[in-house]
This record gives sequence, C-alpha cells and structure tokens, in this order.
Amino acid sequence: MGERLEQAPRVTDSGRNIAGRGKPRPAFALWGLLSAPLAWLLVVYVGSLALLVVSAFFSLDDFTGKPTTELTTSNISEAFTQGEYISLVVRSVAVAVAATLLCFALAMPTAFYIARLASRRTRRALVVALILPLWTGYLVKAFALRAVLAPGSDYGNGGFMSGLVGWSPGFGYVAVTLTLAYLWFPYMLLPIYAGLERLPNSLLDASADLGAGSIRTFRLVMLPLLLPSIAAGSIFTFSLSLGDYITVKIVGGTAQLIGNIIERALLAPNQPLAAAFTLWPMMIMVAYLAVMGRAGAFKNL
Amino acid sequence: MQLSPLARLVLRLVTYAVLGVVYLPLALIFVLSFNSAKSIAWPPVGFSTRWWEGFLEVESARDALLSSARLAFVAMFIAIVLGSMLAFALQRYEFYGKNVISFLAVLPIALPGIVTGVALRNTFVRFGWDLGFLSVVAGHATFCIVVAHNNVIARLRRIAPNLREASADLGATPFQTFRLVTWPLIRSAVLAGGILAFALSFDEVVVTTFTAGAGIQTLPQWILNNFSRPNVLPYVTVMATLVMLVSLPIAWLAQRLGDSNPG
Repeated sequence: MGERLEQAPRVTDSGRNIAGRGKPRPAFALWGLLSAPLAWLLVVYVGSLALLVVSAFFSLDDFTGKPTTELTTSNISEAFTQGEYISLVVRSVAVAVAATLLCFALAMPTAFYIARLASRRTRRALVVALILPLWTGYLVKAFALRAVLAPGSDYGNGGFMSGLVGWSPGFGYVAVTLTLAYLWFPYMLLPIYAGLERLPNSLLDASADLGAGSIRTFRLVMLPLLLPSIAAGSIFTFSLSLGDYITVKIVGGTAQLIGNIIERALLAPNQPLAAAFTLWPMMIMVAYLAVMGRAGAFKNL
Repeated sequence: MQLSPLARLVLRLVTYAVLGVVYLPLALIFVLSFNSAKSIAWPPVGFSTRWWEGFLEVESARDALLSSARLAFVAMFIAIVLGSMLAFALQRYEFYGKNVISFLAVLPIALPGIVTGVALRNTFVRFGWDLGFLSVVAGHATFCIVVAHNNVIARLRRIAPNLREASADLGATPFQTFRLVTWPLIRSAVLAGGILAFALSFDEVVVTTFTAGAGIQTLPQWILNNFSRPNVLPYVTVMATLVMLVSLPIAWLAQRLGDSNPG
C-alpha cells in the first residue's frame, strides 16, 4: 500500500481532503458506492414524484376512463379552488398541527425527566420502554385506540374510556387527533431526548447562577438549544399525520381528511385528479421542510 | 437547573402516566383476544381461547403472514445493501451535492406515505408494470433504505478513523481492511438497521395499499380488510397480539444491537 500513501492527496473545491479524515481514495470508489442507491432514489423515487406532478395535468379519456397525455388544468383547478376541498385541507393541517403539539407537550416533560432526572438505570429502561411500541404495528395500535375511545352504547358495552372515566370523545376529529398523537409520539420523544442528553450542564448552571428561575432557563436557554431537535421530531409527527387516512377510517367516524379524498379519487378511478389532490400534502410538506430546515432540523433527523 | 421537589414529582408522574397510556391500549388488545364475544368492544363478555384455536385455520391470515414476511425480507435485503453503500459514500467522502443527497435519502420518510404510494403507483401504471409483489417491494425498499442508512452511518461516525489507517499501514488492502476491521465493527449496526427495515416493511400499510395489485395481500392489509367483517373481527385481535409478541423482543434486540459499542 506504499504507493497509495505517496499519492498526492486529492483536493476538492472546499480545499478538504476527498476522503475526509482518512486516506485519499480514487473517486471511482465514491461513484461505485453512490451509483446504485442514487440511481434508486433518483429514478424510482424522484422520477415518480416528478411524473406525479406532470400527471396531475393529464385528462381522463371519456370512454376508457384511463388517463391520456392530453393536458388540462381542470384537475388542478378542481383540487385547488373548490371551497369544499380547501376546507378539507385546512382541517387536515389543523389535525396534523394539533397532533404535533400534543406530541410535543407530552414528549417535552417526559424526555426531560428521562434525560435529566432519572437515574442511569431507569433512564435506559424508560427509553427502551417508550420506543418499543413503535414496532408493535400501526394497525394494532390504531385498533387498540378504537377499543379505548369507542363511545359507550345503551347496551353497556361501550369503549374502555367511557367505562373508566364515564366520558369518551367518540369517533371523530378529536379521536383521530388523539390516535395520531399516540401513534407518532416516539418520533417526537427520541430527538428531544437525544437533544437533552447533548445539552451541557454548565449552560443550565450558568443560567441559574445568573438568577434565572427554572421556567426562565427553560424558555431562554433550553428551548432555543433544543429547537433543531423539536423541529426534527415535528417533521415526522406532522408529515405522518398529514397524509394519514387509515386512522381516519378506524376512529374517525364520518370525519374526512385529505388522504381520504386522494384514496377516493384513486378508486374512482381518476388517477389525474388523485395526483392533483396529492400535490396538496406534497406542497405543504415541502414548505414545512423548508421552514424546519432553517431551524436546523436536518442535522437531527 | 434547580427544580423544586414538587416540579420533580410532577415530571416523574407525567413520565409514568405517559408510559401507562402507551401500554394500556396494547394490554387491552391482548385481553380482548381472549374475549368470548364476537366483537372487539369493551368490556369482554367471558374468557375463551376459541379465537386463538381457530386462528390457524383461517387460511387467508396464514397466506398474508407469509407474503408479508417474504416481502419484508426482500425489502430488507435491498435496504441493507443500498443503505449501507449510501452511508459509506456520505460518511467517507466530501463531494459536491452531498447535502442534496442526504436530503434525498430522508425524503421518502419525510413525505407522507400517501404521496410516496400514489406517486409510485402512478409510475408503475403508466409504464405498464404489473402491480404485485415486485411493485410493493420497490415501494417498501424506497423508505427502508433510510433506516438502514441511518443505523450504518451513525456507527461509521463513531469508529475512529485511525483504525483504518493503522490497518493500511500494516499492509492490508482496502478489501482486507473492510473484511477484518470495518465489517466486524459495523456488523451489529447493519443487522439492527436490517431488523428495523424488516419491521417497518412488515407493518407498512399505506404505500402497500397503493402499490399492491389484486394478487397480493399483506398482513396489515388483511387486518384492515377484515376490520369490516364481523365474522373475522376477533381474529384481528389475535393477529394483533401475535404481531406484538413477535415484534417486541425483535425490536428490543435491534435496540441492543444498535447501541452496542463497536469493538
């Protein structure tokens, strides 16, 4: 390997060694590693997303019911100007925001207790205990919540919650929000917990020494430092809630969110209209990612 | 940070309350799978194991379990290979467009599943590819790559770079260095990423629904389809309990493997 060590280091535009901290390596090794995953992500994924945007402009053949390549703006105008659909989108965003806030409100004190107050042994156990349900199955949890939230009936065989506390929200938007928060809670907890663990004690001590109470320290020191972690967690809770339509079916009763409309259009089948509806969550998420990216979320994903 | 004993107590109570709320519904499903009634309503009417006994005779459930396992296995394999390659490229090299590629890698889980599902379906249908096993595999692999990538890159970042340098200085070829130094260090992270990818695929329902044709039914689809059929509904609680019992120890194992110290 002597000859390799004597090779002049390759230098990139930024003046850094190509191999980072390691040895210089031929660039073809990089492309060998990158080619397959990049081809997959670009061709299969980004290609499909681009095609989806285009096909929102396709029209439907009247006879065969299949999309043609004839261009039209009627799908877009239906999806983006009709009041019924706009209010549906607003409702979907409201549910996703509410679920995200609920996740944050519960994850913040929980993560703080685990990272800062619990003993080393309980800390480990609590983290594992709270992450494990992530892998028990989406539908399992949604159905479990259905059994919990079901409204009581006159026959006395209502849900668990109405039996226990005498009240339940019943099936609807509240139940959907609660279920989504239940489902995605670990996605918010994990990054906040990791952020709290990295937070140096000295900063909190300094804040206390300068006379700040715990609430003030939380607001002025901890929260700004945790912002990237919170933003990262919120990407998952918001995105997963925004596109959800199955939870709506299970605990939503008559509730409808944007995902249900997409599914309905697809089953109609009206592929171009479904594509046009899908542009809504896509655009909202791109905007959301842009805002959260500014808050430093991508360093914590 | 100085917290009053009361504040500490409140935080502690909130944490354990959250823990209780997380596990209560899961316990409920477990209990309901032994309910003798033909419904999943609370409270249970009586104790019975008839749903557990009859479960194995439900052929559609067996088939669904099998096709989910096959599917998850193939998706996991693709995810491990592509995700690890991506992790090596992003960790070891500096190059133009690196940030764009890291962003691209998280996009499939940052965008709602319905966007991914509808987009892939749209592409498959337009190019005339059959919706079936392979189209679902393609959909699953797309979002599983991220999980494998995240696990491997996190481990690579923790390995001291001088280990590779030492190996090269002692005369090892890059392949020998990989086989004898790097691979033993990342093995458990690759496995953990693979397990998580498997679990993610096994559980996924939205992308599956849109990329699956009539010929394939996965376990989550089976659960969803039988949700509206009263005769099979109690079996859903059995299936759900089974999924829980199988996935909890596996997830725990993945957690252990992912955290274990390299070397």
